Amino acid sequence: MGMPQDAIEIENLSKEYPHGFLHLKRKKSLENLTMRVEDGEVFGFLGPNGAGKSTTIKLLMRLIFPSAGTARILGKSIDDISMHNSIGYLPEQPYFYDYLTAYEVLDYFARFHGLPAGDRAARVQAMLKKVGLDTAKKIQLRKYSKGMLQRVGLAQAILHDPRVVVLDEPMSGLDPLGRREVRDIILELKREGRTVLFSTHVLSDAEMLCDRVGVIVGGRLRGTGAPGELVDVKAQGMEILFELYGAAGNLPLLAQATRTGERYRVQLPETELYQALDSLKAAGARILSVAQIKPTLEEYFMHLVEADRAQASAVEVSGK
Amino acid sequence: MMNIQTVAANTFREAVRDRVLYNLVFFALLMMGGAILVGQISIGIQQDVIVSLGLTAISVIGIFISIFLGVALVSREMDKRTLYALLAKPVRRWEFLLGKFFGLVMTLSVNTAAMAAGLYIALWTVKHPLMKSDAYILVAVYLILLKLALIVALALLFSCFTTPFLAILFTAGMYVAGLFAADLRTVHGVGLDPSALGFVRGISYLLPNFQNFDVMGAVVHGRGVPFVLVWQATLYAILYIAIVLMGAAVVFSRRNLK
Repeated sequence: MGMPQDAIEIENLSKEYPHGFLHLKRKKSLENLTMRVEDGEVFGFLGPNGAGKSTTIKLLMRLIFPSAGTARILGKSIDDISMHNSIGYLPEQPYFYDYLTAYEVLDYFARFHGLPAGDRAARVQAMLKKVGLDTAKKIQLRKYSKGMLQRVGLAQAILHDPRVVVLDEPMSGLDPLGRREVRDIILELKREGRTVLFSTHVLSDAEMLCDRVGVIVGGRLRGTGAPGELVDVKAQGMEILFELYGAAGNLPLLAQATRTGERYRVQLPETELYQALDSLKAAGARILSVAQIKPTLEEYFMHLVEADRAQASAVEVSGK
Repeated sequence: MMNIQTVAANTFREAVRDRVLYNLVFFALLMMGGAILVGQISIGIQQDVIVSLGLTAISVIGIFISIFLGVALVSREMDKRTLYALLAKPVRRWEFLLGKFFGLVMTLSVNTAAMAAGLYIALWTVKHPLMKSDAYILVAVYLILLKLALIVALALLFSCFTTPFLAILFTAGMYVAGLFAADLRTVHGVGLDPSALGFVRGISYLLPNFQNFDVMGAVVHGRGVPFVLVWQATLYAILYIAIVLMGAAVVFSRRNLK
């Protein structure tokens, strides 16, 4: 056994689009992206709309071509057509031939993977069952809801048993039940040892599912790491939750506490924690919990987005 | 090869399920009307009228389908983004294009064959029995089909680099210009300077010469079509289609999908 191989390696990938009336101006939608997704991990690609997530994924799938840089999946260049046998892809808001039934569309896609007819039928049937479309398999897709189409999309992405699965906004447009099902499928893919790269702007999904996340804003990668790690960098303060009955006397701590019935919640710097606990004990308070205040991934994320906006507007001002 | 076949079969299935073949009902009504009308006019020209009406309808209906569906083949898949999931499979873009092309040509073949059968039935009702010379109608139908395949290839090429609306205009424009390609070759200087004349002649050789596929005049009057003409037209169509499709593949293989 050698070193764990990276499933996806992206090096200095950039994408510029011409724009303006005569296509003379160029707009960068991705700048020098370098990132790795390890074999067997679930990697969340986070960023607001228009940050470059879909651009990156489309570059990997060769739907668009890079202005510069390279990428490899499972050690093979993305130009290598055989690489597509080992990857599955769910496009953003997938749409399939609506004149076909779910069974037909999966059978159609399975043919490109060269599965013999017998295997194909068994495989398609198993996938329909896995995504819960077994009973709707004979209905044309034009009658499907968005959530059902998403499931067809997932089924076609994993139909051929790929080692790497790339999902572009797999939870978008789904109701809570649908999101839950997609989450379960992603976790199952992980248990089966597959690598999953998925993009999302819903941070709770990423926190729940990902081994690591990468945050992209304004076409540039701003950080990668485990959701906990990224957030820890900026961890600050402690929070005490306690109950206090009767007269509290002149406990100075209460001035900064939030009260709900007999319960109080107070936030303070870590250096003042033990002193505060002593004074609470002396006042007869019952300590319910002491916890570190961690900024959520969302706060971290918002911080990056705001920094990016501030920078963008500074550039605009200096450009005038 | 399998990939091309799979895409082609699905393209055919799409045309059938989208009720493209319903145009045959229109054709059938036209032929029935024609036959009834012809029955009431003089006996000598019955055959001429039915054959020319039938062949014209086969050609015009086919041209409409070729241009509109030909342009939609790729542009619709890009608009609706059905192409995304497909291209993530081990499918090369030129395989997809060829599959689309053959799928529509297959649809047109079935459609044209059905219309040809309708034409023979109409002909039989006005003058039975059919004669040996009536077999030439099949040659005319075959040449119409070659013409349609060429139009599909052009529509596919244009739709690879421009909007559907412009692609329809360009394809229709090429068709009309191609009808006059042979005339342009023999154009005489009507006050044109020699370099302009040379330019016009040069262009005329680049345009697809659609007159190569028109033998209606001969067939309507029951005259034969020389075998060599059929061969030449076939070879011409195959070569021209191959070049156009290669161009389309080159453009499409580099295209960024939005």
